[in-house]
Amino acid sequence: MQPRTLRPPEKLLFEVSRPGRRGSALPPLDVPDPERYDLPAAYLRDELDGFPELSETEVVRHYTRLSRLNYAIDLGLYPLGSCTMKYNPKVNEQVARIAGFGGAHPQMPEAFVQGNLRLMHDLERMLCAICGMDRFTLQPAAGAQGELVGIMMVRAYHVKQGNPRKVVLIPDSAHGTNPASAHIGGYKVEQITSNRKGCVDLEALRRRMADDVAVLMLTNPNTLGVFEPEIEAIAATVHAKGGLIYMDGANLNAFVALARPGDMGVDVHHLNLHKTFSTPHGGGGPGAGPVGVKKPLEPFLPIPTVEKEGDRYRLSHDRPHSIGKVRSFFGNFGMHARAYAYILALGPQGLRRMSETAVLNANYIRRKLEKVYHLPYDSPTMHEVVFSDRNLEAHGVQTLDVAKRLMDYGFHPMTIYFPLIVKGAMMIEPTESESREELDLFVEAMLAIAEEARRDPELVRTAPHTTPIRRLDEVGAARNPVLRWVSSGAPRPEAG
Amino acid sequence: MGDAHRYIPASDADRDAMLREIGVASIDDLFASIPQSLRLTRGLDIAGPLAESDLVAELSVLARANRDLDGRSQFLGGGAYRHFAPSVVDHLISRTEFYSSYTPYQPEISQGTLQAIFEYQTLICQLTELDISNASMYDGASALAEGILMAERTNPRRRVVVSDAVHPEYLQVSRTYLANLDVEMAPLAHREDGTVDPKAAVAALASKASALVVQHPNFFGCLEDVTALARAARDAGAALIVVVTEPVALGILKGPGSQGADIVLGEAQSFGVPLSYGGPYLGFMAARKNYLRSMPGRLVGEALDADGRRGYVLTLSTREQHIRREKATSNICTNEGLCALTAAIFMATLGKAGLRDLARHNHAKAAYARERIASAKGCSVLHAAPVFNEFVVRLPIAAEAAVAALGERGILPGLPLSRYFPERDRDLLVTVTEVNPRAEIDRLAAELGRLA
Repeated sequence: MQPRTLRPPEKLLFEVSRPGRRGSALPPLDVPDPERYDLPAAYLRDELDGFPELSETEVVRHYTRLSRLNYAIDLGLYPLGSCTMKYNPKVNEQVARIAGFGGAHPQMPEAFVQGNLRLMHDLERMLCAICGMDRFTLQPAAGAQGELVGIMMVRAYHVKQGNPRKVVLIPDSAHGTNPASAHIGGYKVEQITSNRKGCVDLEALRRRMADDVAVLMLTNPNTLGVFEPEIEAIAATVHAKGGLIYMDGANLNAFVALARPGDMGVDVHHLNLHKTFSTPHGGGGPGAGPVGVKKPLEPFLPIPTVEKEGDRYRLSHDRPHSIGKVRSFFGNFGMHARAYAYILALGPQGLRRMSETAVLNANYIRRKLEKVYHLPYDSPTMHEVVFSDRNLEAHGVQTLDVAKRLMDYGFHPMTIYFPLIVKGAMMIEPTESESREELDLFVEAMLAIAEEARRDPELVRTAPHTTPIRRLDEVGAARNPVLRWVSSGAPRPEAG
Repeated sequence: MGDAHRYIPASDADRDAMLREIGVASIDDLFASIPQSLRLTRGLDIAGPLAESDLVAELSVLARANRDLDGRSQFLGGGAYRHFAPSVVDHLISRTEFYSSYTPYQPEISQGTLQAIFEYQTLICQLTELDISNASMYDGASALAEGILMAERTNPRRRVVVSDAVHPEYLQVSRTYLANLDVEMAPLAHREDGTVDPKAAVAALASKASALVVQHPNFFGCLEDVTALARAARDAGAALIVVVTEPVALGILKGPGSQGADIVLGEAQSFGVPLSYGGPYLGFMAARKNYLRSMPGRLVGEALDADGRRGYVLTLSTREQHIRREKATSNICTNEGLCALTAAIFMATLGKAGLRDLARHNHAKAAYARERIASAKGCSVLHAAPVFNEFVVRLPIAAEAAVAALGERGILPGLPLSRYFPERDRDLLVTVTEVNPRAEIDRLAAELGRLA
């Protein structure tokens, strides 16, 4: 018999299933003669073919065992750069589940949901204060959808000026979502190259800037963790030709309460509540990507907006210039409630301390590692620091190997191979949630790995050695995709 | 610089020590790259900080500003549904290993999330009777927009035919997404019985279209003849996209894939995801295998590790924005992972028999309610087509007024259709699920009968 361990392969739900088991029961049906209501037989299925049959106990065991195969922020540092894996306060989970919030149906009359509308209204005011913008929409479900909303508002603005323009300028260090969002917005994407400091090349921008450019999408601090020092001149250059500045606010956590996008010439920007404002990432969402605008873009905000009249709150759909809707109802309200709680828990001083500590921690890591790991850009570090694998090349060790080896030291790896302008990038974002002791452990692990790369590169190249499962054949998985379980009796559908 | 905060470990002494190691004199020095002219010189104008106890009190006050719904009967649906979720669902998704982890970029320490998504994809395929499912979309509305874009990518005809019995917000969102992409959304009107006439679909598809879009059960609760609509689409060389906003129906209804649908997408909030005033919800998308390389969003696939052990990875990522940038199949990155987990746990707990029973209860109760309300004075049931768990009632007075009047008596009787169709001011969409006891339904019928 094979001993049972907490290592894969963990049986699939469908493999644990046994005919005749059940994990739930309904109360007796209380309407008379339900058989009178039968639907046309041609519409009905015989049974849910393949659906699992499990007791409640087995379901709980299955998912509890699965959960133990995951790393999580509550286990330790999770230094995924640009992803901002910070502590998710437990009280936020509690307040989002208060019955008045969690149980509220989105089709309820406004008079029934004044508390929810007030929360959304007040969160919008808070985000305006934090970012120096005039209005926010909370509707986008994630940062990328926020980008799309931003781009669409930019377009609507230019259309109103008489010409939608053609081009969106995006630095080569940007997140992939930027060009993808610009494309759905109907724009041609043009890349602008970064200068030697990893920042926007102002001279190149001046040469390129013309009245066919709708907007410059700028991440600030950028994906190297560097604040764009010439942001004011950049904004002036773009504005002088009638263009707008979009800021990708994924990295807003670097300067909350210290500076504001609205004071930097930014016309529109999104931010990620699941980054700066602590809402949990949930293993890949849900997020929330509110978008802030300056006055000239306000008419184009998605519908509905929340308006306050006297002491009542209402939803306003009557906005003739609105771009429309990008999501049903009002967005990820549960995330709004969590972010609201987070902002109130910190207050102005706490938010400032958050950004200060995030930047302090990143600089601490930089200081401790820069003698060993190659730092491709030595510009001042804000909330994250990007190294490369250049110093390991001689030993045949790459970024991927370092990432995998980190798991053996008990850490989730950093973001790797991004930004694209750094070959073999290792992008480390510690956030403010880490103690100095945790940072020291991470630094020790990184230094030990560099030493191993020199002394025993094979050990690093074959890592991880202690995880529930070893390196997986991702190339094979993509070549012959198996994207669902099928019962062993049934023919396996060929994909692709 | 003030006291330590409970969420931030570094004390003032830690900060000083770390600054010394970094080699700078003060925290301010770390921000030297921000031009002085941009530095905030005053505190933010926001409230806080609040102690945890005050925070809970503050949020509770806000929640209480919502009307107390205890003891109130609710018959609201229209894209979001009240169902009972077994307590194991919230218990399991509250495990920190699930909710406080990131997108599973590093499979060796993310097998829990990856296997759960693989199982979710399988469940969605079984439910819809299709070959492939992605890991989730934001919500049903944006899933439809993405589904239309996928159909256009595979078969660019710059035109889709869309039933007007699809959820109005889904149509609004799709229009927004398509606004700048030169794809026309040609409307197809439903007929008097509440459903799309397959013959009308044939006519509408005569001018070329990449897809026919219908909802089943549709926005008015009626069941469409998916098989006939699939034939109409196939004959015109168009894909059939079936939108499902109430997937509980698929506990008894055929999976649209088995009836000829090419893409089935929609909203799976019903599967244990809290109503939460509209979100976070769970967009899902399933399709025939020929759409594999055109799918938006994340896909999880099986892989073997170095020891030949079965595991799971994110796969086919060359479709995605982080690789393909502006040529990606979508801009989606973060999706609704935890909601997909929620739905998977819900489906696993209910299981084969449980989901069928749940669907039966919903249908039987709604059918009973429809019968009772049809005989209420001054009320009529608008559509003759069979329904699942919601239906439209024409009232003797304006639906808004009826909602206000019944609201005072502890009943939220449904959704006034004037919310989306201003001219339909006497129509009310009534939704009945397993959580509405017969006594509530009887009282609803009685109260509606008193409006005349």
